[in-house]
Amino acid sequence: MAATFDVELRTVTKHFGSFTAVKDVSLGIRQGEFFSLLGPSGCGKTTNLRMIAGFELPTSGSILLGGKDVSQLPPFKRNVNTVFQNYALFPHLSVSDNVAFGLEMKGIDKAEIAKRVKETLEMVRLPDSGKKKPNQLSGGQRQRIALARAIVNRPQVLLLDEPLGALDLKLRKAMQLELKELQRQLAITFVFVTHDQEEALVMSDRIGVMDHGVLRQVGTPAAIYDRPADRFVADFIGDTNFLPCRVVDHRNGTAHVQVAGLTMSASSDQTLTDNSSAYLAIRPEKVQLYGPDTPHNPNEERFAGVIVETVFMGTDTRYVVELAEDIQIVVRQQNRNIASTRFALGQTVDVGWETVFARVLVS
Amino acid sequence: MTQRRKALLAFLLGPGAGWLLLFFLLPGALVIVYSILTRKDGGGVEWIVDFSSYVKLFSPTDGAVINDFMVIFARSLWWAALTSFVCLLIGYPLAYFIALQPAHVRSTYLFLVLIPFWTNFLVRTYAWKFILNNNGLLNTLLQDWGFERIAIINTPTAVLIGLVYGSLPFMVLPLYASIEKLDFDLVEAAQDLGANYLSVFRRIILPLTAPGIGAGIVLVFIPVTGQYIVPTILGGGKVAMLGNLLAQQFGPALNWPFGSAISVIFMVLLMAAVVFYLRSENRDGEAGL
Repeated sequence: MAATFDVELRTVTKHFGSFTAVKDVSLGIRQGEFFSLLGPSGCGKTTNLRMIAGFELPTSGSILLGGKDVSQLPPFKRNVNTVFQNYALFPHLSVSDNVAFGLEMKGIDKAEIAKRVKETLEMVRLPDSGKKKPNQLSGGQRQRIALARAIVNRPQVLLLDEPLGALDLKLRKAMQLELKELQRQLAITFVFVTHDQEEALVMSDRIGVMDHGVLRQVGTPAAIYDRPADRFVADFIGDTNFLPCRVVDHRNGTAHVQVAGLTMSASSDQTLTDNSSAYLAIRPEKVQLYGPDTPHNPNEERFAGVIVETVFMGTDTRYVVELAEDIQIVVRQQNRNIASTRFALGQTVDVGWETVFARVLVS
Repeated sequence: MTQRRKALLAFLLGPGAGWLLLFFLLPGALVIVYSILTRKDGGGVEWIVDFSSYVKLFSPTDGAVINDFMVIFARSLWWAALTSFVCLLIGYPLAYFIALQPAHVRSTYLFLVLIPFWTNFLVRTYAWKFILNNNGLLNTLLQDWGFERIAIINTPTAVLIGLVYGSLPFMVLPLYASIEKLDFDLVEAAQDLGANYLSVFRRIILPLTAPGIGAGIVLVFIPVTGQYIVPTILGGGKVAMLGNLLAQQFGPALNWPFGSAISVIFMVLLMAAVVFYLRSENRDGEAGL
């Protein structure tokens, strides 16, 4: 029977003494998926990865690989491989011997090992590095060898623990695309741990956002960005305006809220209570600025305000618009044409957004 | 180099160089010179060149190809090897255990390893004599628990126990130093690649802590070959090692040139061993860490 998920966590909890690193996480990762665990440091994402690898055993709950419960198996009995944050290459072995290590442990014959090591070194574009020792390689090269050492085993799942964290920005961007391409070629399930939201958005098929050991939201990058499930996710990924508001009424995921006397419409996946306080969240680039007498778009709501700050940022301009006393909203407008930059400090403008992009978040 | 720098260097290096010259090179040279002089009745040497000590050292005793001196040489080397091996067997797990402890606990354990040095080695070896004696602590306990007594004092076993006891800290400390430096992520990486506990040890931990093993063996092996106190007290003089042979030549036998010749041959052997070790170390160092 084919398993539904390649990796599955069922109500997994992990305590370290009195500290709860992972709290009741349930998650299914599909075969061939590039899945990222995203969150700030100490959120439990690495602990999750280490439990999948077998370096930590869950305090409760179970972990399944290809539908088989591996919760209590040691790492060397799991068909997963890890790319470590600091690479953890064996300093006393040559690059070839490092890459061959996993195959040797499986008892594969020498000729086959040599062939696969060669292929894999070519795949990571370091075909001539076999005889070198890890300390003769640059950071980026070590990173590739760490990757080669893992993928040469053709694991069912590849676990990557912030593998690009130690690289400089330019190299990191290049490696992001390369990793993604490699994953597509190999069709291996990747579980990628990162604290870099942009990296997660660029590379992932789906993202799981974690905070304080809790899995807050799982979804595609677009879903997580456009429809954050809670305040933490909205805040952690991208920039967001949080306008304090009061829920007026709600029905079928649509709500009306009051922001300092203005009534606004918004969507929500959370349980709302009428008359309770909440936040209306809207991303700066979803907001459009209009001069006076611009025709009205029926999907939009518009509010009048005054520009109190403008910052030119090259590709776009950042405005701060005051809608009411103490209610300010950040707006980003692309500098597409001359007209885009016509708004000036102190000018009265309309701000408008499509109501689907406004979210009511209680917590 | 300026005058001032020269003066500073002389000031800094002078004491060490002087110490080495006075207490290492000079006595060493003296031993080499004495070994080719003639024995003087009543101790000391006559200043007449004579290689008979070396001839005596290497000539077979009647019938046997190997003479008694060579037997003692071989025994010293064998026991030094055995002591190193036993120290390694006991010391490695101990050092590994200490290296795995949290930092503040580690220093306590290291302190415990060093505590025996606070008491004189002679006194400690006598303590072992009281433990191992026929009517000693060990046999009293054995008897109390209903076992047969064992005759252990004045046997090679007693000597080995004493040698291991005295050498263990010299094995544990360098081992600890190299295990403590080990990156335990590598252990996880090896396990991740399918290595079971034995393979991880054999393929990762052992090669990476080899410098500590080498240093520990050198620090145990060399002093043990020259041990005098332990074979005398716990071996009852029945099991002679190199130290006993030397003591006999410089003491009762009053044959200083012969004693010196024995020292020279042994020095050459040990130096060859150390040079071999250092060279293999360097090769590893160049290629590995």
